[in-house]
Parts: sequence; structure tokens; C-alpha cells
Amino acid sequence: MEYVNPEGLRLDGRRFNEMRQIVAEVGVVSKADGSAVFEMGNTKVIAAVYGPREIQNKSLQKKNDHALVMCEYSMAQFSTGDRRRQKFDRRSTELSLVIRQTMEACILTELLPHSQIDIFLQVLQADGGTRSACINAATLALADAGIPMRDLAVSCSAGYLNSTPLLDLNYVEDSAGGADVTVGILPKLDKVTLLQMDAKLPMATFETVFALASEGCKAIAERIREVLQENTKQLEYRRAA
Amino acid sequence: MEGRFANLWRLTVNESKFVESALQSELRVDGRGLYDYRKLTIKFGKEYGSSEVQLGQTHVMGFVTAQLVQPYKDRPNEGSFSIFTEYSPMADPSFEPGHPGESAVELGRIIDRALRESRAVDTESLCVLAGKLVWSVRIDLHILDNGGNLVDAANIAALAALMTYRRPDCTVGGESSQEVIIHPPEEREPLPLIIHHLPIAFTFGFFNKGSILVMDPTYVEEAVMCGRMTVTVNANGDICAIQKPGEEGVNQSVVLHCLRLASSRAAATTKIIREAVEAYNRERSSQKVKRHHTLAKSEVSGPIVVVRKRQQQKKSSGQEKAAEIHFWLWLWWLIVTFWR
Repeated sequence: MEYVNPEGLRLDGRRFNEMRQIVAEVGVVSKADGSAVFEMGNTKVIAAVYGPREIQNKSLQKKNDHALVMCEYSMAQFSTGDRRRQKFDRRSTELSLVIRQTMEACILTELLPHSQIDIFLQVLQADGGTRSACINAATLALADAGIPMRDLAVSCSAGYLNSTPLLDLNYVEDSAGGADVTVGILPKLDKVTLLQMDAKLPMATFETVFALASEGCKAIAERIREVLQENTKQLEYRRAA
Repeated sequence: MEGRFANLWRLTVNESKFVESALQSELRVDGRGLYDYRKLTIKFGKEYGSSEVQLGQTHVMGFVTAQLVQPYKDRPNEGSFSIFTEYSPMADPSFEPGHPGESAVELGRIIDRALRESRAVDTESLCVLAGKLVWSVRIDLHILDNGGNLVDAANIAALAALMTYRRPDCTVGGESSQEVIIHPPEEREPLPLIIHHLPIAFTFGFFNKGSILVMDPTYVEEAVMCGRMTVTVNANGDICAIQKPGEEGVNQSVVLHCLRLASSRAAATTKIIREAVEAYNRERSSQKVKRHHTLAKSEVSGPIVVVRKRQQQKKSSGQEKAAEIHFWLWLWWLIVTFWR
């Protein structure tokens, strides 16, 4: 199947280095301390943050002088084409672990000892790149909750099909059997927190795909910053009135 | 770790400071170099497809079994394989029996991704009747002792078990060519799985905010490290999978350095595994192992599956009879010749 036609257009009309449209909104769940909805094309994810609050289960606390970060990733049963059988399977457990550790790297947990920060992620529409959308949504929600972070954690995926590196794969491109590289970076510090890859790639090809995904991450970071600044302006207007 | 027993063992502040300050001078607590691996031993069991791997203090066993099942609807011509990990509580006090914890699930998925997405195991050859019956290979990994770096040890155990596993031969026949006959091992030699390449996992631990990295961290080093990364490569220079699950951020250059380190060691580890498997195969074929009749009529809905029972062993085969006659003739000739 041809994923990139000879003119360089993909199945949805994008070029190899074009991302899908991003729509982000902050403050959607009124009960939560911070929340956000993040859309990348058809992938839609909602994140809710509760915290810092009292630790519910003291036996889970590992470091006394740091906050405990808990994360739960789940896909709604209506998020994919066919109704999903189970909400929590092994993939959800792994992604919960991975996203929790990614956010732990960017939250200043030493400023909030003896407290717990809960991040709930729900995938409402799944069209490829759900873990990237989840990390971006979690970053927005944490910022909305006012939790101190050392940098924004942003994530993007890239793949390699028809001998072309492609940025931001959708579901069809992802399930094509080519490589899928998901990168999570801290843009200001220029550090890589999350890196996952599956399917075979030679070393040199991997470096190009990795570089492309990192560029995508930086673009998303810009967009997230814009959304947060817009949100702050709105809060300022409301406060002034 | 997770669960009620997660915090039974805590590293003391003295120990963690010692490990960290030793690493700053490029010294590891067990005297290894930063990129040295512990001693790797691969042993095999009596059954086909059972392996036992020891990497230093870490002890993992792998078992491979196969069953005939119906294929997935979207892949009617391909067999399937699945990996199950069992974190035995005897390996580590923080492991709980039954429900696998987060790290168990993660380990299973790392190895599963490396084998599945890189197409190391050929699934099309596992097809018996397209759309109806395929072989489903199940890999069970049992962690017996957690001495650190379970991923690498479990990965090698899975590969070794897959390479020595033999599945029963089966033919499609019968009246409507819908019957599948599974031949017991006495009748037909069981067949090995087709494995295209060996994806080998190498785990790195990051210390001191990502500036120091070690390979093959021990249990104590894992408790101290601030981040880790598992790179799965094969001997052909391909990267099969990478897993860096969050935690401390590192520079891009460090990531690429890890990839190069892993690639350079893949060939040596592949050779060790292949040599161990070959030695085992030679030993196995040189012994005449008496196999027990364990196959019973399997219950599979759909086409009728017939298992041929073992034939009654005759008292003496034709060849033996001929040898006997030959002996008596010789004896008679001897008597006749030397009687004179």
C-alpha cells in the first residue's frame, strides 16, 4: 500500500514533515485542580489533575521528601473503531507507568513533600499518537493546576514508511508495520525524557526519524506555550473585572 | 515497585551515596568497568524449549509451548505468540504473587515488542489451515532471582527457549483435507521455529542527572539510578526496539552513544547464545532420549484433529531376525570347520 505518493503527499494530504492540526483547551473539568483537552488531528485526549493533596496510601510512598505522582491512562471503550473489550489491559498499565515517569521528571516534586499528585488521562478518540497527546494534555493540566514544573514535557511521534521519515503518524500509518518512534522532550533544557521505538530500523535511519520527532516536539512546545499564555490573559481579564 | 511490599527494602543513604561517589570516579561496587556485563550462563532443560539463564545473580527461566488455535480475524494466515511473565515472590520481597505489577507488565511488553514488531519469529510458517488453525506459541518467563537487570536476562531466556523449541509436525489430510493430524515425536521429528534474527536487549542505567551511564545495573545500582534505557539490537546492525520510560532527561548525544555501545556488543552476545544452543543440540542428538507418550486427543472445535497412536512394538524386527540367522550360520560353519 502506498503511504506516500510520488508527489510527497500522505494519505491525509500532509507532507512528510507536517503535523496534524492541534486544538488545546485548558480548564474543562471544573472539579479537578487542573484539566485540559488536547487534540492532535482526530486523536482527542482529556487530562485531569488532582493535587497536591494528602497521600491516600502511605505504603506507596517511596521518597519522604518528594511528592508522590500517580498516573492512570485509560482508553474509553468508544475511542477506537470497534468497541474495546477491556478498559485496563497490559498496554494501559505500561503507558500509565511510562507517562507517570515522564511527568515525574518535569514536576518539581521536592517542593511538595508528603503530598500526592494524581493525573488521570482518558483517551476519547484514538487515531494514532495517543501517548504523545496524553503527555501534552498532562503538561497543560499540570500547568493549569499550578503545580511547579522545571519545564514543559512535550511529546511527538514519527515513523518511517516507503523510505520516508514521516512526522506525527495517524492510526493507518502506525499500523502499517513500519517503525514508530515516540519522543518526549523537555524543550528548554533540551533533554530527552521519553523514547520508545518499535519495529526494525537501521541506525542511520533512526537518527533522522529521531531528529524529525524532536523538531515536532519543539513545534508542539510553542503551541502549548501560546495556549497557556492565552489562558493566563483570560484569567487576568476575569480577575481585573 | 508497587504494592504493599514495595517498600520493605530501602537502600540506606550511606549505600546510595557510596555507589554514586564511586561512579563519579568510574568505579562500580562489584569492580566491573562501566560497560562490562556480568557472567552469562545459558543452560537448557530436558524438555524442548526450556532455558535457564543466569546473568550474575539474576536468574530467569524461559519455557515455550505451542497450541493449535483459531487465528485472529484480520490475520488468518499467521500464527501468534504471546509472552507471560511471572515474578515469583522468592525472587524479591517486593514481588507479589498473582497479579503482575507494573514492572512485570513492562518487561513482558518490552520483550514482546522486540520480537513481534521486528518480525524475529516467523509467524507465517505457523499457519496450518489458513483461517482455521494456526499454532499459537506461548513464552513463559519465570523470574527466580532478582539481581538487577531482569530485562536482559529474560530476553536471552526467551530467545534461547525459542531457538531450542521444537513443535510437533502436523499434516493436513483426511477425507475432506480438513483433518489435521498431529504427529507424536516418535513418528516424526518435531520441527524448530523459524527465527530470522536475534534481537538482544541491553539495559543502561543513568546516574548523576544523566551524565554517567553504566551497562547491566545490579539490584543496588537500580535502586540508586535516576533513569534507565533498554535498547534491543540485532547482530545485523538494526535497532529493534528502544524503551526509555521517562525518568531523568538525557542529552540526545547520550542516547546515540548508548545505541552505538549496544550495536557493538550485539554480535558477541549473539555468538554466545548461538554457541550454547548448538552445543545443546549436538548433545541432544547424540543421546538417544526415550520420549514418553504424552499427547492426548486435543479438543479443538472445527476440523477434526486425529492423533495417531503409537504402533505396537513388535518383538523383534526383521533386521534383528536376519542378524540372528547370520549368527547361527556362522557358528555352524565354525563347528564344521574346526571339528575336522
